[in-house]
Amino acid sequence: MSAESPLRTAPDPARVPAPAGRGPASGREAVLAAATDGGGAGAGTPAEAVRGRAARAGARRLLWALPPVALLAVFFLYPLVLVGRQSLQPDTGGTSLRPYADVFASAGFREALWTTVWLAPAATAGCLVLGFLLALVIAFVPFPGAKAVARFVDVFLSFPSFLVTLALLFVYGQVGMANGLWTDLTGAAEGPFRFLTTPWGVLLAEITYFTPFVMRPLLAAFAQLDTAQLEAASSLGARAPRIVRRIILPEALPALAAGGSLVLVLCLNEFGIVLFTGAKGVTTLPMLIYSKAILESDYPGACVVAVVNVLLSVGLYGLYRVVSRRAGA
Amino acid sequence: MSIRFDSVTVAYDGNVVLDSLDLTVAPGEVMALLGPSGSGKTTALRAVAGFVRPASGRVLLGERDVTDLPPHRRGIGMVVQQYALFPHMRVEDNVAFGLKARRATRAEIRQRVADALEMTGMAAYARRYPRELSGGQQQRVAIARALAVRPAVLLLDEPLSALDARLRSGMLGELARLHRELPEVSILYVTHDQIEALTLADRIAVMDKARLRACGTPRELYRAPADEFTASFVGNANLLPVTVTAGGAALGSAELQVDTAGAVAGARATLCVRPHLVGLGDGPNRLTGTVSEIQWRGSTHRLYVDVAGHPVMADLRELRNPPAHGDEVSLHFAPEDAVLLAAGVGGDER
Repeated sequence: MSAESPLRTAPDPARVPAPAGRGPASGREAVLAAATDGGGAGAGTPAEAVRGRAARAGARRLLWALPPVALLAVFFLYPLVLVGRQSLQPDTGGTSLRPYADVFASAGFREALWTTVWLAPAATAGCLVLGFLLALVIAFVPFPGAKAVARFVDVFLSFPSFLVTLALLFVYGQVGMANGLWTDLTGAAEGPFRFLTTPWGVLLAEITYFTPFVMRPLLAAFAQLDTAQLEAASSLGARAPRIVRRIILPEALPALAAGGSLVLVLCLNEFGIVLFTGAKGVTTLPMLIYSKAILESDYPGACVVAVVNVLLSVGLYGLYRVVSRRAGA
Repeated sequence: MSIRFDSVTVAYDGNVVLDSLDLTVAPGEVMALLGPSGSGKTTALRAVAGFVRPASGRVLLGERDVTDLPPHRRGIGMVVQQYALFPHMRVEDNVAFGLKARRATRAEIRQRVADALEMTGMAAYARRYPRELSGGQQQRVAIARALAVRPAVLLLDEPLSALDARLRSGMLGELARLHRELPEVSILYVTHDQIEALTLADRIAVMDKARLRACGTPRELYRAPADEFTASFVGNANLLPVTVTAGGAALGSAELQVDTAGAVAGARATLCVRPHLVGLGDGPNRLTGTVSEIQWRGSTHRLYVDVAGHPVMADLRELRNPPAHGDEVSLHFAPEDAVLLAAGVGGDER
């Protein structure tokens, strides 16, 4: 069972610029090359002709590879290089590792790094658990409206992330409904719900928003699951928990890995949710980039944090590839 | 252990798919539920397994009323058409699944898995994954998995339908052998294939349109079917519309000697004669007609003869000089080989 991860369909920058003409050409390339190759068989021995044609085909393939590579270079790699270069150029002039030393030495950066590094996996774990349970119920517990709920999950994916956060603010915010109800009932000056500006608030918002990203591939995987297997298991004497653990979970693993790794990377780079909830108390790497670049005009510092963030994402992605290949997914 | 259906009715959204079924499978008996698709036979099996809830009636296993028990507490072995093996488990883990669910000891699991695989001839494939096996092998594993828990009742839902013809007849023999080795296991065998039912079953329950049509030994149903549906579904049959007379029955102008079994003279009835019991040439109960088609089937010739507007089939041992299309021929059959069925019974009254 191979679950095509959304991550995997993204162009892999490390691979695209591979020199064309090496290795087996894809079918489409071969057809294009053959189409542009028409006629033109030169003089000389057959061997020479073949060699010449192969060389020309190789050159043509290189030609076809050029536009996408150029586009990638201009719009993706070049800015990345700029960010990298800027991170090595302190405001005092010259090229040095000074910005890195400064940023790594600051307590703010280390705190932001730590917050990012624990928040993202925690949110991912929460999404996986919650998403798995919800998808289980939607897929296997027949209740009226299960289809509508599944449809809503799709719609939910198209919402902007800060919308959920805004909704949470309305409910649990300083002047939100929950606190308003509390102050009305008790006459207290302030409500008890203040967790929204803490990391826990960010965690709640991220889990709320990203859970559907896990449910989507899970529901697709569950739809593929043969109900006869579940029936066979239960007639063999297995109760629901054993069926979930031994039959459903193993067959859902690739979908869980796909959804989980997507959510992990999205959480690492999440900006809107953190901006809306934890703005005061919680700083993650993307927030730090924002505040350094826009609020403090410390571009080299911002670029250093950006480089760290990119390395973190790419590293996790690489780890995911290794793990998923080993899992045979 | 016996299986008893006590007026079991199953309905989905007011649509009755099993209509008040009364049937008892004796301990150690093989009962085939035979019928076309939509006849309610699979529903009956699923009611025993616990996957459908009867709207009314009870299902009993031995003395135990299991109508309200969930599937995992019924202690049943089940094998379905598409095997339903667990794809991420090796063969041995598939077979061990039921034993683990029942918390058997490790030694016991190892022993019983080995026994079940030995019995189904799959011992050499214990470490394989289901996807590495052929369809027939997968079905053997599914049977081993069901037998490993030593069920007193085995439910087989079209177990051979996904196999090709040659493999099917081989597995049919295997199932018969397994039942000889496990004579105390009651088997409910759902199939639409009359050959499987005739070969394997001690008794056959013929189902049609959510109802039980007839139930009896294969020989009873074949020799003396109770109605037209049973006659045509269990084996091939010539069904001829006749009028009952004092001494037998009349088909058009032909007067036939048959046992009227108390039918009133003048009543309309259906005469059932098996094609292989019809002979070519003169004899008692002679029918004449023109050959409309002749098929050579290796060891036999199948003749289609048009007798006064009714097609009559005759399966004859290979003929040296077969008649040709359009020839006038005479057919005959022995009086004791024909059965008179009351018209309408088994017809489409619904």
